[in-house]
Amino acid sequence: MFKRTLLATALATGLASVLAGPANAACGFANTLPIKTLSASFDAWKAVSAAWAECGNVQSELDMNFRNKQPTAFAANPSLYQIGGVANNTVVPLLNAGTIRPLDDLIAKYGQFLTPNQLIKIDGKTMAVAMMVNAQHFMVREDVLKELGIATPTTWDEVLDAAAKIKASGKMQYPLGATMKPGFDISQEFLNLFLGFGGVPTKADNTPSINGEAGMKTLALMKRISAFLDPEYLTSDSTFVARQFQQGRIAMANLWATRAGALDNPAESQVVGKVSMLAAPAAVKGGKPATTLWWDGFVIAKNIPDAEAEMAFRIAVEGIDEEMVKANNNAAVWLIKGYVPGRAAQGAIASAMGGAPNYPSTSSMGIVSAVLAENVADFMSGKKTAEQTLQAIEAGYMTRAKEQGLVK
Amino acid sequence: MRLKTLLMFTAPSAVLMLVFIFVPLISVAVQSLFSTTLVREQVKVETCTPGFLAQVCTTAERSQVVLRADGKPVTRTVFTGLDSYRSVLEVEKLAAAFASGGQGWTAVAGLDFWRALRFTLTFTFITLPLVVGLGMLIALAVNNMLRSVRGPLVFISLLPFIVTPVIGALSIRWLFVGDGILTALLRATIDPSISMFAQGWTIELLMLVYRVWHVAPFAFIVFYAGLQTVDQDTLESAVIDGASRFERLRFVVIPHLMPLIVFVALIHMMDAYRVFEEVVGFAAEAHVISLQWLTFNFLTPDFTGNRSISRASASSMLTMVGIVLLLIPLLVRVWRDHKPRS
Repeated sequence: MFKRTLLATALATGLASVLAGPANAACGFANTLPIKTLSASFDAWKAVSAAWAECGNVQSELDMNFRNKQPTAFAANPSLYQIGGVANNTVVPLLNAGTIRPLDDLIAKYGQFLTPNQLIKIDGKTMAVAMMVNAQHFMVREDVLKELGIATPTTWDEVLDAAAKIKASGKMQYPLGATMKPGFDISQEFLNLFLGFGGVPTKADNTPSINGEAGMKTLALMKRISAFLDPEYLTSDSTFVARQFQQGRIAMANLWATRAGALDNPAESQVVGKVSMLAAPAAVKGGKPATTLWWDGFVIAKNIPDAEAEMAFRIAVEGIDEEMVKANNNAAVWLIKGYVPGRAAQGAIASAMGGAPNYPSTSSMGIVSAVLAENVADFMSGKKTAEQTLQAIEAGYMTRAKEQGLVK
Repeated sequence: MRLKTLLMFTAPSAVLMLVFIFVPLISVAVQSLFSTTLVREQVKVETCTPGFLAQVCTTAERSQVVLRADGKPVTRTVFTGLDSYRSVLEVEKLAAAFASGGQGWTAVAGLDFWRALRFTLTFTFITLPLVVGLGMLIALAVNNMLRSVRGPLVFISLLPFIVTPVIGALSIRWLFVGDGILTALLRATIDPSISMFAQGWTIELLMLVYRVWHVAPFAFIVFYAGLQTVDQDTLESAVIDGASRFERLRFVVIPHLMPLIVFVALIHMMDAYRVFEEVVGFAAEAHVISLQWLTFNFLTPDFTGNRSISRASASSMLTMVGIVLLLIPLLVRVWRDHKPRS
């Protein structure tokens, strides 16, 4: 009873904290040290946090704004968290600040069951252990397409044609969804298409090369896409797009694989089983899927005693074992043994097979995302022309890169 | 009062002001003049990330942060003078906009600081008379009610002020975003194509309405308290002299409440100039931003974990200068009122 009240309080304050009860049989050992974890908050992390809690004494904090507090919390001595959940981009601040430890010794001791594919290696040292891959891929209501006799689109031009037909049929006023909220969301939309057009955002000397042909094409395509989006699209994030799908208001969107499960959840969705997961559409005919591949995984703090790090690592790998995956098979596209790819995973797999690139874990890429996050909306809302926007993006990049010591 | 007594009474507050206001202010001013960067080196390293079936390893040049022996990154701090201010104010682009061939005000709308300033100033000056006026109106109305219903009325009128600002802003957003119930009502009655969060001006309108609704109770309660102290004899003699209701308000009540009106105006301008919750609560970054939001945005770590401390400091210094400039006319008035008459 007490435990349940605590849980309710934690949920009510917005932190989906998972407070551990006593260790039980699901964890191979009983943890005696207090261990704290900080990660993003979506189904996969909820599943892993619940598995961690089984070892006892683990307090997990799941927060969509974790990236704002993680660098500072890990820089403290001792670190405020032992285990951190990260992805390609959020591992960069920790690497830059040197606040996470190499894991090779611990893997040799406790992580033999991990596959080599799970190990994130930088300069020969394993700095993080991945548990899943994630990607934005094409989700489409094939029942709607079939009804109107539209072939399944594979390029963005075809997507726009299909959208125009759906709109003309009067079935849906705004058939497309897109995550265009300023910040990470809109920067990813830009980047996916930009890479799809063959753009390379930075040169070898860390200077930007966004203001060019690929940049112009990307902005033009985004403008064309926006014609089929709900007019309030500049406030739309992944949750918003997922809800549009669930309510049957949109037919197509390029959305995160981690959201696929929710569309088939009968408790909140009106379109269970109707949304197909496909590779992200290509920006040009015959091109690679216009999306990036991401991984999510964990890191262990450097500023903690070795004994604590050892225990934290044991718990962390215990949480991503076969047992957890079997119980939560459809929560994510797991990289863990025992995973059977389900319906929800097809889009991410098809995108990866189609050759979608990995999002690179580099500082210059972090700056690219940051300036796109700030500037692309100015073009979409008509405050700047495409040329002005791309110039502002490059100027913003240089300001930040100088602050970071990336360029002189 | 003897000087020593005065000093003893004011010392605690003076010390707190020194420690919590003056020292941080100096520190922010200093930080705005310096810039701290990480020291990096170019190294060729192999990076491995998960692919779908097998691991993907790439070898590439990587700008790596140099770490000291104790594991902390090496940083270099240099004096940059007014560079941060120049970068926040985007002086060159502003000059280009108004040079021959520039686009004038349209180009300024694309410069973050200036569009934030534009919004912040219009927001402050439009809400000011509305808050004071509405507060006064409610105060007069409640004051003219039967004594027995005044208590509950005061309580109800104060409710909007009690709501936490972010929660209030979110509630308004949910009422109007997408097909929220109030937007649905507008669509049914006025125009089926209305979208309140699709363009800047409707968002600004909602922000103004929200702020006036939220702050008017503060003005009300101050004015209501003031109304209780109006000299009844003066009012009665005004009635005998044949003054109308409006004349009594204009020549007796308002002059009596003037110090309170100045006080409410002062507080409201300081608050409104730091408008922030509305931008976050309405997710309005794409359309409308404020100066305080700009500072917050500089301070938020980007995807490399970097905070733009120098630019954030410059931006907050500029915000402070703005507030001081705005308040000078009112402060001069207060000073004149309190000067001992010679």
